[in-house]
Amino acid sequence: MNKVVQNAIEAIRGIESQMTLMLGGFGLCGIPENCIAALAATDITGLTCISNNAGIDGFGLGMLLRRHQIEKMISSYVGENKEFERQLLSRELEVELIPQGTLAERIRAGGAGIPAFYVPAGYGTEVAEGKPVRQFGDKMYLEEQWLKADFSIVKAWKGDTNGNLIYRYVANNFNHAMAMAGKITIAEVEELVPVGALEPNHIHTPGVFVQRIFQGQNYEKRIEFATTRD
Amino acid sequence: MALDKNGIAKRIAQELRDGYYVNLGIGIPTLVANYVPPGMQIILQSENGLLGIGPFPAKNEIDPDLINAGKQTITALPGAAFFDSSMSFAMIRGGHIDLTVLGAFEVSETGDIASWKIPGKLVKGMGGAMDLVASARNIIVAMMHTNPQGESKLLKKCTLPLTGVGVVKKIVSDLAVLDVTPQGFKLLERAPGVSVEDILNATEGNLIIEGDIPEMLI
Repeated sequence: MNKVVQNAIEAIRGIESQMTLMLGGFGLCGIPENCIAALAATDITGLTCISNNAGIDGFGLGMLLRRHQIEKMISSYVGENKEFERQLLSRELEVELIPQGTLAERIRAGGAGIPAFYVPAGYGTEVAEGKPVRQFGDKMYLEEQWLKADFSIVKAWKGDTNGNLIYRYVANNFNHAMAMAGKITIAEVEELVPVGALEPNHIHTPGVFVQRIFQGQNYEKRIEFATTRD
Repeated sequence: MALDKNGIAKRIAQELRDGYYVNLGIGIPTLVANYVPPGMQIILQSENGLLGIGPFPAKNEIDPDLINAGKQTITALPGAAFFDSSMSFAMIRGGHIDLTVLGAFEVSETGDIASWKIPGKLVKGMGGAMDLVASARNIIVAMMHTNPQGESKLLKKCTLPLTGVGVVKKIVSDLAVLDVTPQGFKLLERAPGVSVEDILNATEGNLIIEGDIPEMLI
């Protein structure tokens, strides 16, 4: 078994135009910075990107938006990005908005082999349009379907060469579920360690879900809203 | 006098009970954390993956891996737990969160809420709001009773795209505390110095007034 690749350029090999990608992160927290930068250096276009947010101008997925590499975003919240707004208004970019919990569960279901399930979120709203509804008890629910990706790209704090991953604080967010839902899952980690160096009780994402792993470098970890009490 | 944002937050804090797990939305709801009664333990959830939100960090404590759902830097209290987004919404959807407090553009007398989209303005998305309103055991809406033009935001029927249908249980506005009942908005309390007539004039939906309506104790 050899999952280790040398860098982001090697990791994204096989990603082609028109593919569907999942990219972990919430805002700029826990995003796969190295792979996004590597994608932004390619001529790949027409991507469908499943990601909770769309980055900011010039950073995170904003880097791919600026180069018109994204055709469609599937997200729950897409503020904080002027270029995104411009492309949306000019119809260069298609956006599908999904309630955040439904998005997380559709991704988890994709990884867990569950084609459809019912949730109450969005019942009676425009999110429900075209979806089967069903009553359980005295409450109405919407049928939602799994999401899968050609490649999932996630970011973890520590990983071992078997692909076992540990996240730091809230930088986990969508990374764990997305790692499960990619046909090929790429993990970039701040610290890549040998097998046996991670405590098995502490693993968040078991290595079975990860096909490629590498130690990233030069993490910027930008902060959107630095807020202090002093 | 009508309450300001902090007054609304103060009144909502009176709804907290020891041991509650609470999700506070962005805006006025966030201010509720400043008025938790002394000695009461409330555990705040952030839907991006944290139970046990602490105060904002000191400058030298800022950590980019520790933010709230509004993407502000925060801290985690001793006893906090981190988890992934699907787990976070399992807590919400599964009814494990005792109270959700969030803002709204409009609420209808049947408990419908509109809070995420204004046609003609740029749509940013619903984030976790639809999941929260559809599933929380108890939802309090923190809002201004009228818009800046003086038009009621407590309506017979919402005019804006909905976030949820028949989900709001209680409203704390700058003018009043109201329950949403099958018959309409039931007036429970008035803001200090605000008359029942003021509230009636500011409410388009059906307002139920039974007996003497006490002033809020803030």
